[in-house]
Amino acid sequence: MANIMIQQGEKGGLVFYLPKRDLEASIESIEFDTPEKWGGELKLDNGGTYYIDPIAKPPRLPISLRAKRLGAAED
Amino acid sequence: MTTLSREETDALIAEVLEVYPEKAQKDRAKHLATNDQTVEQSKKCITSNRKSLPGVMTIRGCAYAGSKGVVWGPIKDMIHISHGPVGCGQYSRAGRRNYYVGTTGVDTFGTMNFTSDFQEKDIVFGGDKKLAKLIEEVEQLFPLHKGISVQSECPIGLIGDDIESVSKKAAAAIDKPVVPVRCEGFRGVSQSLGHHIANDAIRDWVLDKRDGAAFESTPYDVAIIGDYNIGGDAWATRILLEEMGLRVVAQWSGDGTIAEMMNTPKVKLNLLHCYRSMNYISRHMEEKYGIPYLEYNFFGPTKIIESLRKIAAFFDDSVKEKTEAVIARYKPMMDEIIAKYKPRLEGKKVMLYVGGLRPRHVIGAYEDLGMEVIGTGYEFGHNDDYDRTIKEMGDATLLYDDVTGFELEEFVKRLKPDMVGSGIKEKYIFQKMGIPLRQMHSWDYSGPYHGYDGFAIFARDMDIALSNPTFKNLTPPWKKVAAEEVKKAA
Repeated sequence: MANIMIQQGEKGGLVFYLPKRDLEASIESIEFDTPEKWGGELKLDNGGTYYIDPIAKPPRLPISLRAKRLGAAED
Repeated sequence: MTTLSREETDALIAEVLEVYPEKAQKDRAKHLATNDQTVEQSKKCITSNRKSLPGVMTIRGCAYAGSKGVVWGPIKDMIHISHGPVGCGQYSRAGRRNYYVGTTGVDTFGTMNFTSDFQEKDIVFGGDKKLAKLIEEVEQLFPLHKGISVQSECPIGLIGDDIESVSKKAAAAIDKPVVPVRCEGFRGVSQSLGHHIANDAIRDWVLDKRDGAAFESTPYDVAIIGDYNIGGDAWATRILLEEMGLRVVAQWSGDGTIAEMMNTPKVKLNLLHCYRSMNYISRHMEEKYGIPYLEYNFFGPTKIIESLRKIAAFFDDSVKEKTEAVIARYKPMMDEIIAKYKPRLEGKKVMLYVGGLRPRHVIGAYEDLGMEVIGTGYEFGHNDDYDRTIKEMGDATLLYDDVTGFELEEFVKRLKPDMVGSGIKEKYIFQKMGIPLRQMHSWDYSGPYHGYDGFAIFARDMDIALSNPTFKNLTPPWKKVAAEEVKKAA
Protein backbone atom coordinates (compact mmCIF):
# COMPACT_ATOMS: atom_id res chain seq x y z
CA MET A 1 0.00 0.00 0.00
CA ALA A 2 1.26 3.41 -0.86
CA ASN A 3 0.06 6.90 -0.20
CA ILE A 4 -0.83 8.59 -3.44
CA MET A 5 -2.44 11.83 -4.47
CA ILE A 6 -4.84 12.29 -7.35
CA GLN A 7 -5.17 15.77 -8.77
CA GLN A 8 -6.69 17.57 -11.68
CA GLY A 9 -4.28 17.89 -14.59
CA GLU A 10 -3.51 21.21 -16.21
CA LYS A 11 -4.87 20.01 -19.55
CA GLY A 12 -7.83 18.20 -18.04
CA GLY A 13 -7.77 14.58 -17.02
CA LEU A 14 -6.40 13.27 -13.78
CA VAL A 15 -2.82 13.20 -12.59
CA PHE A 16 -1.41 10.54 -10.31
CA TYR A 17 1.31 11.51 -7.85
CA LEU A 18 3.32 9.19 -5.66
CA PRO A 19 5.12 11.41 -3.11
CA LYS A 20 7.49 8.72 -1.89
CA ARG A 21 9.02 8.39 -5.34
CA ASP A 22 8.18 11.81 -6.73
CA LEU A 23 6.42 10.08 -9.55
CA GLU A 24 3.99 12.09 -11.60
CA ALA A 25 1.94 10.35 -14.26
CA SER A 26 -1.35 11.03 -15.94
CA ILE A 27 -4.16 8.58 -15.41
CA GLU A 28 -5.30 7.02 -18.66
CA SER A 29 -8.32 5.22 -17.35
CA ILE A 30 -10.23 4.90 -14.11
CA GLU A 31 -12.43 1.87 -13.56
CA PHE A 32 -15.41 3.57 -11.91
CA ASP A 33 -16.24 7.17 -12.60
CA THR A 34 -19.75 7.90 -11.35
CA PRO A 35 -20.79 10.25 -8.54
CA GLU A 36 -21.58 7.33 -6.19
CA LYS A 37 -18.72 5.04 -7.07
CA TRP A 38 -15.32 6.38 -8.01
CA GLY A 39 -12.00 4.62 -8.04
CA GLY A 40 -11.02 1.04 -8.73
CA GLU A 41 -8.21 0.24 -11.07
CA LEU A 42 -6.11 3.13 -12.34
CA LYS A 43 -4.10 2.74 -15.51
CA LEU A 44 -1.21 5.16 -15.79
CA ASP A 45 0.45 6.41 -18.92
CA ASN A 46 3.79 5.03 -17.78
CA GLY A 47 2.44 1.49 -17.83
CA GLY A 48 1.80 1.13 -14.10
CA THR A 49 -1.53 0.08 -12.61
CA TYR A 50 -2.79 0.86 -9.14
CA TYR A 51 -5.98 0.03 -7.28
CA ILE A 52 -7.87 2.34 -4.96
CA ASP A 53 -10.97 1.28 -3.04
CA PRO A 54 -14.01 2.77 -4.76
CA ILE A 55 -15.45 5.70 -2.84
CA ALA A 56 -18.07 8.34 -3.48
CA LYS A 57 -16.69 10.86 -5.96
CA PRO A 58 -14.64 13.39 -3.97
CA PRO A 59 -16.07 16.89 -4.16
CA ARG A 60 -12.66 18.43 -4.56
CA LEU A 61 -9.33 17.37 -5.94
CA PRO A 62 -6.50 16.81 -5.11
CA ILE A 63 -7.13 14.01 -2.67
CA SER A 64 -4.70 11.74 -0.85
CA LEU A 65 -5.56 8.06 -0.88
CA ARG A 66 -4.08 4.68 -0.14
CA ALA A 67 -3.44 2.65 -3.23
CA LYS A 68 -2.38 -0.89 -3.94
CA ARG A 69 0.11 -1.48 -6.69
CA LEU A 70 -1.09 -4.04 -9.18
CA GLY A 71 1.60 -3.72 -11.80
CA ALA A 72 4.72 -1.62 -11.66
CA ALA A 73 5.79 0.57 -14.50
CA GLU A 74 8.70 -0.90 -16.40
CA ASP A 75 11.83 0.67 -15.00
CA MET B 1 31.42 24.34 -33.60
CA THR B 2 28.04 23.62 -35.05
CA THR B 3 25.29 21.91 -33.16
CA LEU B 4 25.51 18.17 -33.12
CA SER B 5 23.00 15.90 -34.77
CA ARG B 6 21.23 13.23 -32.79
CA GLU B 7 23.63 10.50 -33.93
CA GLU B 8 26.65 12.59 -33.08
CA THR B 9 25.36 13.30 -29.59
CA ASP B 10 24.64 9.62 -29.02
CA ALA B 11 28.12 8.79 -30.24
CA LEU B 12 29.60 11.40 -27.91
CA ILE B 13 27.85 9.88 -24.91
CA ALA B 14 29.04 6.40 -25.86
CA GLU B 15 32.58 7.64 -26.30
CA VAL B 16 32.70 9.41 -22.97
CA LEU B 17 31.35 6.34 -21.21
CA GLU B 18 34.00 4.09 -22.71
CA VAL B 19 36.49 4.63 -19.88
CA TYR B 20 34.21 3.19 -17.22
CA PRO B 21 34.15 -0.47 -16.20
CA GLU B 22 31.24 -2.32 -17.74
CA LYS B 23 28.91 -2.12 -14.74
CA ALA B 24 29.45 1.56 -14.15
CA GLN B 25 29.06 2.20 -17.85
CA LYS B 26 25.67 0.53 -17.87
CA ASP B 27 24.56 2.54 -14.87
CA ARG B 28 25.79 5.90 -16.11
CA ALA B 29 24.37 5.37 -19.58
CA LYS B 30 20.88 5.63 -18.09
CA HIS B 31 21.65 9.10 -16.76
CA LEU B 32 22.85 10.60 -20.03
CA ALA B 33 20.53 11.25 -22.91
CA THR B 34 20.01 13.07 -26.14
CA ASN B 35 16.98 15.30 -25.89
CA ASP B 36 13.99 14.24 -27.90
CA GLN B 37 11.16 16.74 -27.79
CA THR B 38 8.61 14.17 -28.86
CA VAL B 39 9.06 12.19 -25.65
CA GLU B 40 6.28 12.96 -23.17
CA GLN B 41 7.75 11.07 -20.26
CA SER B 42 11.32 11.64 -19.30
CA LYS B 43 11.71 8.24 -17.71
CA LYS B 44 11.77 6.74 -21.18
CA CYS B 45 15.05 8.48 -21.93
CA ILE B 46 16.69 9.48 -18.66
CA THR B 47 16.92 8.06 -15.16
CA SER B 48 17.19 10.42 -12.24
CA ASN B 49 17.17 10.57 -8.45
CA ARG B 50 19.28 7.45 -8.06
CA LYS B 51 22.20 6.81 -5.77
CA SER B 52 25.46 8.19 -7.13
CA LEU B 53 28.13 5.63 -7.99
CA PRO B 54 30.87 5.23 -5.41
CA GLY B 55 34.19 6.38 -6.78
CA VAL B 56 32.96 9.01 -9.19
CA MET B 57 32.93 12.70 -8.45
CA THR B 58 29.41 13.85 -7.71
CA ILE B 59 28.39 17.38 -6.87
CA ARG B 60 25.40 16.46 -4.75
CA GLY B 61 24.78 17.43 -1.15
CA CYS B 62 23.05 15.63 1.69
CA ALA B 63 19.60 15.75 3.26
CA TYR B 64 20.86 18.13 5.94
CA ALA B 65 22.03 20.50 3.20
CA GLY B 66 18.57 20.34 1.65
CA SER B 67 16.79 21.14 4.88
CA LYS B 68 19.12 23.50 6.72
CA GLY B 69 20.70 25.14 3.70
CA VAL B 70 17.68 25.52 1.49
CA VAL B 71 14.27 25.25 3.09
CA TRP B 72 14.70 26.17 6.75
CA GLY B 73 17.91 28.17 6.79
CA PRO B 74 16.60 31.28 5.01
CA ILE B 75 13.69 31.70 7.49
CA LYS B 76 15.35 34.67 9.05
CA ASP B 77 13.67 35.20 12.41
CA MET B 78 14.08 31.63 13.57
CA ILE B 79 17.18 30.10 15.06
CA HIS B 80 18.21 26.96 13.25
CA ILE B 81 20.25 24.71 15.48
CA SER B 82 22.61 22.38 13.66
CA HIS B 83 22.25 19.54 16.09
CA GLY B 84 25.35 17.39 16.01
CA PRO B 85 29.07 17.96 15.43
CA VAL B 86 30.16 21.48 14.65
CA GLY B 87 31.34 21.06 11.03
CA CYS B 88 28.06 20.67 9.16
CA GLY B 89 26.77 23.97 10.44
CA GLN B 90 29.96 25.92 10.24
CA TYR B 91 30.90 24.95 6.70
CA SER B 92 27.42 25.65 5.38
CA ARG B 93 27.09 28.94 7.21
CA ALA B 94 26.28 32.03 5.14
CA GLY B 95 27.43 30.39 1.92
CA ARG B 96 24.13 30.74 0.18
CA ARG B 97 23.46 34.33 -0.66
CA ASN B 98 19.85 34.50 0.44
CA TYR B 99 19.51 38.15 1.38
CA TYR B 100 17.34 39.38 4.19
CA VAL B 101 16.35 42.55 5.99
CA GLY B 102 16.93 42.78 9.71
CA THR B 103 19.57 43.17 12.38
CA THR B 104 21.64 40.03 12.52
CA GLY B 105 22.01 38.68 16.02
CA VAL B 106 19.12 40.73 17.36
CA ASP B 107 15.96 39.82 15.50
CA THR B 108 17.34 37.99 12.48
CA PHE B 109 19.78 35.13 12.43
CA GLY B 110 20.26 34.23 8.80
CA THR B 111 24.05 34.16 8.62
CA MET B 112 24.72 32.89 12.13
CA ASN B 113 25.61 29.36 13.09
CA PHE B 114 24.08 27.68 16.11
CA THR B 115 25.30 24.20 16.89
CA SER B 116 25.20 21.76 19.76
CA ASP B 117 28.84 20.82 18.98
CA PHE B 118 28.66 17.09 19.73
CA GLN B 119 31.58 15.52 21.52
CA GLU B 120 32.34 11.87 22.16
CA LYS B 121 30.41 11.87 25.41
CA ASP B 122 27.28 13.15 23.67
CA ILE B 123 27.45 10.27 21.23
CA VAL B 124 27.87 7.80 24.10
CA PHE B 125 25.32 9.23 26.53
CA GLY B 126 22.98 10.97 24.08
CA GLY B 127 22.63 14.64 23.33
CA ASP B 128 19.09 15.32 24.50
CA LYS B 129 20.11 17.12 27.67
CA LYS B 130 22.55 19.24 25.74
CA LEU B 131 19.83 20.22 23.28
CA ALA B 132 17.45 21.21 26.06
CA LYS B 133 20.15 23.32 27.66
CA LEU B 134 21.05 24.87 24.32
CA ILE B 135 17.47 25.93 23.68
CA GLU B 136 17.36 27.48 27.14
CA GLU B 137 20.55 29.41 26.41
CA VAL B 138 19.29 30.57 23.03
CA GLU B 139 16.14 31.89 24.64
CA GLN B 140 18.19 33.82 27.16
CA LEU B 141 20.74 35.24 24.72
CA PHE B 142 18.43 35.97 21.79
CA PRO B 143 15.04 36.73 23.29
CA LEU B 144 13.71 38.27 20.06
CA HIS B 145 13.85 35.07 18.04
CA LYS B 146 10.45 33.80 16.90
CA GLY B 147 11.11 30.09 17.00
CA ILE B 148 13.69 27.37 16.79
CA SER B 149 14.24 24.54 14.38
CA VAL B 150 16.42 21.57 15.24
CA GLN B 151 18.26 20.38 12.15
CA SER B 152 19.58 16.90 12.80
CA GLU B 153 22.99 15.90 11.58
CA CYS B 154 23.93 12.27 10.92
CA PRO B 155 24.79 11.16 14.50
CA ILE B 156 21.36 12.09 15.84
CA GLY B 157 19.69 9.44 13.72
CA LEU B 158 22.46 6.95 14.35
CA ILE B 159 22.29 7.14 18.15
CA GLY B 160 18.52 7.54 18.16
CA ASP B 161 18.08 10.74 20.15
CA ASP B 162 14.50 11.74 20.76
CA ILE B 163 14.63 15.34 19.56
CA GLU B 164 10.84 15.41 19.16
CA SER B 165 10.19 15.07 22.88
CA VAL B 166 12.89 17.63 23.75
CA SER B 167 11.35 20.01 21.23
CA LYS B 168 7.85 19.60 22.59
CA LYS B 169 8.96 20.25 26.14
CA ALA B 170 11.10 23.21 25.14
CA ALA B 171 8.28 24.70 23.04
CA ALA B 172 6.01 24.61 26.06
CA ALA B 173 8.69 26.12 28.28
CA ILE B 174 9.62 29.04 26.03
CA ASP B 175 6.17 29.43 24.45
CA LYS B 176 7.54 29.57 20.90
CA PRO B 177 7.51 26.97 18.15
CA VAL B 178 10.37 24.47 18.33
CA VAL B 179 10.47 22.30 15.22
CA PRO B 180 12.44 19.06 15.14
CA VAL B 181 13.57 18.19 11.62
CA ARG B 182 14.77 14.66 10.95
CA CYS B 183 17.07 15.61 8.10
CA GLU B 184 20.07 13.43 8.95
CA GLY B 185 22.53 13.62 6.09
CA PHE B 186 22.51 9.93 5.30
CA ARG B 187 18.86 9.95 4.31
CA GLY B 188 18.16 9.73 0.61
CA VAL B 189 20.46 10.03 -2.37
CA SER B 190 20.84 13.81 -2.45
CA GLN B 191 19.64 17.03 -0.86
CA SER B 192 16.32 16.44 -2.55
CA LEU B 193 15.04 14.22 0.23
CA GLY B 194 16.09 16.89 2.70
CA HIS B 195 13.74 19.31 0.92
CA HIS B 196 10.95 16.78 1.23
CA ILE B 197 11.61 16.14 4.93
CA ALA B 198 11.79 19.88 5.61
CA ASN B 199 8.50 20.43 3.76
CA ASP B 200 6.88 17.71 5.84
CA ALA B 201 8.19 19.38 9.00
CA ILE B 202 6.63 22.69 7.88
CA ARG B 203 3.38 20.87 7.22
CA ASP B 204 3.34 19.13 10.60
CA TRP B 205 4.74 21.80 12.89
CA VAL B 206 4.07 25.23 11.38
CA LEU B 207 1.47 25.54 8.68
CA ASP B 208 -1.71 24.83 10.61
CA LYS B 209 -0.87 26.88 13.69
CA ARG B 210 -3.06 29.83 12.71
CA ASP B 211 -5.95 27.91 11.23
CA GLY B 212 -9.14 29.61 12.26
CA ALA B 213 -7.40 32.77 13.43
CA ALA B 214 -8.79 36.06 12.15
CA PHE B 215 -7.09 37.40 9.07
CA GLU B 216 -7.98 40.41 6.98
CA SER B 217 -7.80 39.02 3.51
CA THR B 218 -8.28 40.52 0.08
CA PRO B 219 -9.15 38.68 -3.12
CA TYR B 220 -5.64 39.39 -4.38
CA ASP B 221 -3.60 37.60 -1.73
CA VAL B 222 -0.75 35.49 -3.04
CA ALA B 223 2.32 33.82 -1.55
CA ILE B 224 5.72 33.44 -3.16
CA ILE B 225 6.93 29.96 -2.34
CA GLY B 226 10.37 28.59 -3.03
CA ASP B 227 12.09 31.82 -3.91
CA TYR B 228 15.26 31.93 -1.87
CA ASN B 229 16.09 35.55 -2.52
CA ILE B 230 19.55 34.76 -3.89
CA GLY B 231 21.08 38.17 -4.41
CA GLY B 232 17.63 39.73 -3.90
CA ASP B 233 15.67 37.64 -6.40
CA ALA B 234 12.51 37.47 -4.35
CA TRP B 235 12.39 41.23 -4.02
CA ALA B 236 12.68 41.66 -7.79
CA THR B 237 9.80 39.22 -8.11
CA ARG B 238 7.70 40.83 -5.43
CA ILE B 239 7.85 44.26 -7.08
CA LEU B 240 6.32 42.87 -10.25
CA LEU B 241 3.54 41.07 -8.42
CA GLU B 242 2.69 44.16 -6.42
CA GLU B 243 2.62 46.25 -9.57
CA MET B 244 0.10 43.78 -10.93
CA GLY B 245 -2.16 44.70 -8.04
CA LEU B 246 -1.59 41.55 -6.03
CA ARG B 247 -0.88 41.50 -2.32
CA VAL B 248 2.08 39.34 -1.39
CA VAL B 249 1.15 37.98 2.01
CA ALA B 250 4.10 35.66 2.39
CA GLN B 251 7.40 34.98 0.76
CA TRP B 252 9.46 32.07 1.87
CA SER B 253 11.82 30.91 2.53
CA GLY B 254 14.16 33.67 1.26
CA ASP B 255 13.71 36.72 3.51
CA GLY B 256 10.84 34.80 5.09
CA THR B 257 9.53 34.77 8.62
CA ILE B 258 7.68 32.12 10.55
CA ALA B 259 4.64 34.39 10.80
CA GLU B 260 4.46 34.54 7.00
CA MET B 261 4.61 30.78 6.84
CA MET B 262 1.74 30.47 9.28
CA ASN B 263 -0.30 32.95 7.26
CA THR B 264 0.27 31.23 3.94
CA PRO B 265 -2.85 29.03 4.14
CA LYS B 266 -4.95 32.22 3.97
CA VAL B 267 -3.84 33.20 0.47
CA LYS B 268 -5.77 32.70 -2.75
CA LEU B 269 -2.93 31.45 -4.90
CA ASN B 270 0.49 30.01 -4.22
CA LEU B 271 3.16 31.08 -6.66
CA LEU B 272 5.72 28.33 -6.76
CA HIS B 273 9.17 29.17 -7.98
CA CYS B 274 11.44 26.31 -6.99
CA TYR B 275 9.28 23.37 -7.92
CA ARG B 276 11.86 20.84 -6.82
CA SER B 277 12.16 21.96 -3.22
CA MET B 278 8.71 23.30 -2.43
CA ASN B 279 6.22 21.36 -4.53
CA TYR B 280 5.47 19.10 -1.57
CA ILE B 281 4.08 21.84 0.62
CA SER B 282 2.23 23.40 -2.31
CA ARG B 283 0.53 20.12 -3.07
CA HIS B 284 -0.38 19.77 0.59
CA MET B 285 -1.95 23.23 0.66
CA GLU B 286 -3.85 22.50 -2.51
CA GLU B 287 -5.37 19.43 -0.93
CA LYS B 288 -5.99 20.71 2.58
CA TYR B 289 -6.88 24.34 1.97
CA GLY B 290 -7.90 24.26 -1.68
CA ILE B 291 -5.25 26.80 -2.66
CA PRO B 292 -4.11 26.18 -6.22
CA TYR B 293 -0.44 26.55 -7.00
CA LEU B 294 1.19 27.84 -10.12
CA GLU B 295 4.73 27.34 -11.27
CA TYR B 296 6.18 30.54 -12.64
CA ASN B 297 9.44 31.52 -14.26
CA PHE B 298 10.78 35.05 -14.00
CA PHE B 299 13.97 34.65 -15.99
CA GLY B 300 14.07 36.68 -19.20
CA PRO B 301 11.31 38.86 -20.69
CA THR B 302 9.69 36.10 -22.76
CA LYS B 303 9.14 33.88 -19.78
CA ILE B 304 8.21 36.78 -17.52
CA ILE B 305 5.44 37.88 -19.85
CA GLU B 306 4.22 34.31 -20.16
CA SER B 307 4.22 33.86 -16.39
CA LEU B 308 2.64 37.23 -15.61
CA ARG B 309 -0.27 36.45 -17.94
CA LYS B 310 -0.62 32.98 -16.46
CA ILE B 311 -0.80 34.47 -12.97
CA ALA B 312 -3.22 37.21 -14.04
CA ALA B 313 -5.57 34.63 -15.52
CA PHE B 314 -6.39 33.55 -11.97
CA PHE B 315 -7.72 36.97 -11.06
CA ASP B 316 -10.29 39.49 -12.27
CA ASP B 317 -10.00 41.99 -15.11
CA SER B 318 -8.47 44.78 -13.03
CA VAL B 319 -5.42 42.59 -12.40
CA LYS B 320 -5.28 41.59 -16.05
CA GLU B 321 -5.34 45.24 -17.10
CA LYS B 322 -2.58 46.15 -14.69
CA THR B 323 -0.55 43.19 -15.88
CA GLU B 324 -0.73 44.37 -19.46
CA ALA B 325 0.27 47.84 -18.27
CA VAL B 326 3.28 46.35 -16.44
CA ILE B 327 4.31 44.41 -19.52
CA ALA B 328 3.97 47.51 -21.69
CA ARG B 329 5.88 49.69 -19.24
CA TYR B 330 8.90 47.43 -19.11
CA LYS B 331 8.95 46.63 -22.81
CA PRO B 332 11.07 49.61 -23.89
CA MET B 333 13.57 48.82 -21.12
CA MET B 334 13.80 45.19 -22.24
CA ASP B 335 14.09 46.16 -25.91
CA GLU B 336 16.95 48.45 -25.04
CA ILE B 337 18.81 45.72 -23.14
CA ILE B 338 18.30 43.18 -25.88
CA ALA B 339 19.37 45.69 -28.53
CA LYS B 340 22.52 46.36 -26.56
CA TYR B 341 23.58 42.84 -25.66
CA LYS B 342 22.08 40.59 -28.32
CA PRO B 343 24.57 41.58 -31.03
CA ARG B 344 27.41 40.84 -28.61
CA LEU B 345 26.06 37.53 -27.39
CA GLU B 346 24.19 36.16 -30.38
CA GLY B 347 24.99 32.58 -31.30
CA LYS B 348 27.07 31.88 -28.21
CA LYS B 349 26.63 28.42 -26.74
CA VAL B 350 26.05 27.65 -23.10
CA MET B 351 26.15 24.48 -21.08
CA LEU B 352 24.36 24.39 -17.76
CA TYR B 353 24.67 22.14 -14.78
CA VAL B 354 22.85 23.39 -11.73
CA GLY B 355 20.62 22.11 -8.97
CA GLY B 356 16.90 21.88 -9.01
CA LEU B 357 15.17 24.41 -11.24
CA ARG B 358 17.60 26.62 -13.05
CA PRO B 359 18.68 24.04 -15.62
CA ARG B 360 15.32 24.65 -17.25
CA HIS B 361 14.30 28.07 -15.96
CA VAL B 362 17.20 30.10 -17.30
CA ILE B 363 17.02 28.65 -20.82
CA GLY B 364 14.47 31.30 -21.78
CA ALA B 365 16.67 34.12 -20.54
CA TYR B 366 19.62 32.88 -22.60
CA GLU B 367 17.42 32.53 -25.65
CA ASP B 368 16.20 36.10 -25.22
CA LEU B 369 19.82 37.15 -25.58
CA GLY B 370 20.21 35.05 -28.71
CA MET B 371 22.31 32.45 -26.95
CA GLU B 372 21.78 28.77 -27.21
CA VAL B 373 21.78 26.17 -24.45
CA ILE B 374 23.38 23.03 -25.83
CA GLY B 375 23.42 20.91 -22.72
CA THR B 376 21.72 20.93 -19.37
CA GLY B 377 21.40 18.75 -16.34
CA TYR B 378 20.29 18.57 -12.73
CA GLU B 379 22.28 17.59 -9.71
CA PHE B 380 19.28 16.21 -7.91
CA GLY B 381 16.30 16.62 -10.23
CA HIS B 382 13.62 13.97 -10.47
CA ASN B 383 11.66 12.64 -13.40
CA ASP B 384 9.05 15.36 -13.11
CA ASP B 385 11.81 17.94 -13.57
CA TYR B 386 13.06 16.27 -16.71
CA ASP B 387 9.47 16.02 -17.99
CA ARG B 388 9.39 19.80 -17.84
CA THR B 389 12.90 20.21 -19.26
CA ILE B 390 12.51 18.16 -22.41
CA LYS B 391 10.10 20.69 -23.91
CA GLU B 392 12.32 23.65 -23.06
CA MET B 393 15.46 22.25 -24.60
CA GLY B 394 16.25 22.06 -28.28
CA ASP B 395 16.14 18.77 -30.11
CA ALA B 396 19.26 16.59 -29.95
CA THR B 397 20.82 18.65 -27.17
CA LEU B 398 22.54 16.89 -24.34
CA LEU B 399 20.88 16.00 -21.03
CA TYR B 400 22.93 14.74 -18.11
CA ASP B 401 21.69 13.76 -14.70
CA ASP B 402 23.99 13.88 -11.65
CA VAL B 403 26.87 14.17 -14.09
CA THR B 404 30.27 13.13 -12.78
CA GLY B 405 33.26 15.46 -12.80
CA PHE B 406 34.88 13.44 -15.55
CA GLU B 407 31.83 13.34 -17.80
CA LEU B 408 31.13 17.05 -17.54
CA GLU B 409 34.74 17.87 -18.35
CA GLU B 410 34.70 15.57 -21.37
CA PHE B 411 31.41 16.97 -22.60
CA VAL B 412 32.72 20.49 -22.32
CA LYS B 413 35.95 19.58 -24.09
CA ARG B 414 34.05 18.04 -26.95
CA LEU B 415 31.11 20.42 -27.29
CA LYS B 416 33.26 23.51 -26.74
CA PRO B 417 30.59 25.81 -25.36
CA ASP B 418 31.40 29.52 -25.14
CA MET B 419 30.33 29.51 -21.55
CA VAL B 420 29.40 27.18 -18.73
CA GLY B 421 26.80 27.98 -16.11
CA SER B 422 27.39 25.95 -13.02
CA GLY B 423 28.58 26.13 -9.43
CA ILE B 424 31.75 26.99 -7.55
CA LYS B 425 32.99 23.40 -7.65
CA GLU B 426 33.18 23.49 -11.43
CA LYS B 427 34.25 27.09 -11.79
CA TYR B 428 38.03 26.86 -11.71
CA ILE B 429 38.32 23.68 -13.78
CA PHE B 430 36.59 25.31 -16.68
CA GLN B 431 38.21 28.67 -16.27
CA LYS B 432 41.59 26.95 -16.47
CA MET B 433 40.38 25.25 -19.62
CA GLY B 434 39.75 28.74 -21.00
CA ILE B 435 36.00 28.73 -20.80
CA PRO B 436 34.24 31.48 -18.86
CA LEU B 437 31.95 30.24 -16.12
CA ARG B 438 29.13 32.00 -14.36
CA GLN B 439 27.94 30.55 -11.11
CA MET B 440 24.28 29.86 -11.60
CA HIS B 441 23.74 28.86 -7.98
CA SER B 442 24.74 32.10 -6.33
CA TRP B 443 24.86 34.39 -9.38
CA ASP B 444 28.59 34.79 -8.86
CA TYR B 445 28.18 37.38 -6.10
CA SER B 446 25.91 39.41 -8.40
CA GLY B 447 22.16 39.37 -8.84
CA PRO B 448 19.25 39.53 -8.70
CA TYR B 449 18.50 37.76 -11.97
CA HIS B 450 14.74 37.44 -11.53
CA GLY B 451 12.25 39.82 -12.99
CA TYR B 452 12.78 42.71 -15.38
CA ASP B 453 15.37 44.40 -13.21
CA GLY B 454 17.20 41.14 -12.84
CA PHE B 455 17.32 40.51 -16.57
CA ALA B 456 19.34 43.69 -17.08
CA ILE B 457 21.90 42.41 -14.60
CA PHE B 458 21.83 38.95 -16.09
CA ALA B 459 22.54 40.28 -19.58
CA ARG B 460 25.35 42.47 -18.32
CA ASP B 461 26.93 39.64 -16.34
CA MET B 462 26.84 37.24 -19.25
CA ASP B 463 28.45 39.88 -21.45
CA ILE B 464 31.13 40.59 -18.85
CA ALA B 465 31.97 36.90 -18.60
CA LEU B 466 32.07 36.30 -22.34
CA SER B 467 33.95 39.45 -23.27
CA ASN B 468 36.56 39.00 -20.58
CA PRO B 469 39.94 39.36 -22.36
CA THR B 470 41.61 37.03 -19.84
CA PHE B 471 40.44 33.96 -21.65
CA LYS B 472 42.33 34.91 -24.80
CA ASN B 473 45.57 35.12 -22.83
CA LEU B 474 45.60 31.75 -21.19
CA THR B 475 48.68 30.58 -23.10
CA PRO B 476 51.73 32.30 -21.59
CA PRO B 477 53.89 34.30 -24.06
CA TRP B 478 56.84 31.83 -24.07
CA LYS B 479 54.55 28.97 -24.98
CA LYS B 480 52.84 31.09 -27.60
CA VAL B 481 56.14 31.61 -29.42
CA ALA B 482 56.81 27.87 -29.38
CA ALA B 483 53.36 27.16 -30.70
CA GLU B 484 53.86 29.58 -33.57
CA GLU B 485 57.24 28.04 -34.47
CA VAL B 486 55.68 24.63 -34.59
CA LYS B 487 53.02 26.03 -36.86
CA LYS B 488 55.63 27.59 -39.13
CA ALA B 489 57.64 24.38 -39.29
CA ALA B 490 54.53 22.51 -40.20
